[in-house]
Amino acid sequence: MSKFRKKGKKSQPAVNTASLPDIVFMLLFFFMVTTKMRETTLKVINVTPKATEIEKLEKKSLVSYIYIGKPIKALQGAFGTAPRIQLNDAFKTKEDIFQFVEMERNKRVEVERNLVTWSLKVDQKTKMGIVTEVKQELRKANALKINYSSKKTDKIVN
Amino acid sequence: MARREISEINAGSMADIAFLLLIFFLVTTTMDTDGGLIRRLPPPPDSEATPPDKINQRNIFEILVNQNDQLLVEGEYIQVTELRAKAKEFIKSNPNYPSVADESNASYPNMPEFRIEEVPVLGNVLVSKQIISLQNDNGTSYEMYIKVQNELVAAYNEIRNEFAMNKFGKSYSELVQQSESSESIAEKAEAVKKIFPQRISEAEPKKIGGN
Repeated sequence: MSKFRKKGKKSQPAVNTASLPDIVFMLLFFFMVTTKMRETTLKVINVTPKATEIEKLEKKSLVSYIYIGKPIKALQGAFGTAPRIQLNDAFKTKEDIFQFVEMERNKRVEVERNLVTWSLKVDQKTKMGIVTEVKQELRKANALKINYSSKKTDKIVN
Repeated sequence: MARREISEINAGSMADIAFLLLIFFLVTTTMDTDGGLIRRLPPPPDSEATPPDKINQRNIFEILVNQNDQLLVEGEYIQVTELRAKAKEFIKSNPNYPSVADESNASYPNMPEFRIEEVPVLGNVLVSKQIISLQNDNGTSYEMYIKVQNELVAAYNEIRNEFAMNKFGKSYSELVQQSESSESIAEKAEAVKKIFPQRISEAEPKKIGGN
């Protein structure tokens, strides 16, 4: 009479995975709620500068983006290395900005058209010349509320 | 009718399906929240509008940035790290502010003048006529431009915070945060904002020379 049964070939019962779908669904919903769809594929190198006094843009639906920077490596053969403006998914010139502003406005409900913030995502190595030109175009199109997109940092170094 | 027993649906692959969806959303979405320095551009130039009154030179804080990212502030060559302190000094107009009685600010002839303005909560107070004028070259790097803008915003924020702390025992950013909950706090925040309004003017771009 032994109290200790010999561990024979009896295999351990499988781990119950019935709740696995629930866990995964929970994760899924979390990500669906907290993230937003990627809208554009970046065609320009875009490292925004750092700043300390950042304000968050409250309503995502009221923000339109203008990207400025050098074309990415893969496109430099075709487009060169001079900084370019990207609107939505394509390279555009500054003359297209007026039309872009109109199009973006028309996407929104009438009451919100004047509340759109134009976020300039400009690469930090870009020269101000092209940025000033874009700003002048925005002024012409009466798109005055702009945001210089930048990353949060604690201290500005020289 | 013979009752047939309905067999249970096999839910084993449910996890796989959910994983598939999860990965799809992970790949196609982004989480980054966009933030930055929010600015208002001046309205487009109007050819019929009368040219604005001439502003007294002492009320203007002049910042020039050249194509080598060097700063000239009020005719003096300085580093970006010194800009904040200089701008703060200028925005305040008088180091003894608010205990000043002199509207023309005669004791500090290089600093901006004051004018009397009515402000909520505090009544009539002296408000500095300060304006910050920023001019950059086409060759200035965007990084430098943002640094300068950032320092100026920081100068305003610090001054507002200090002033609000003295007057109301709360910093300006706290006032703004709590302004939704109470009307009187919103009024206080408004008052601080009126005393130190953000006036950063950017010169119309000039094209000088080549490139």
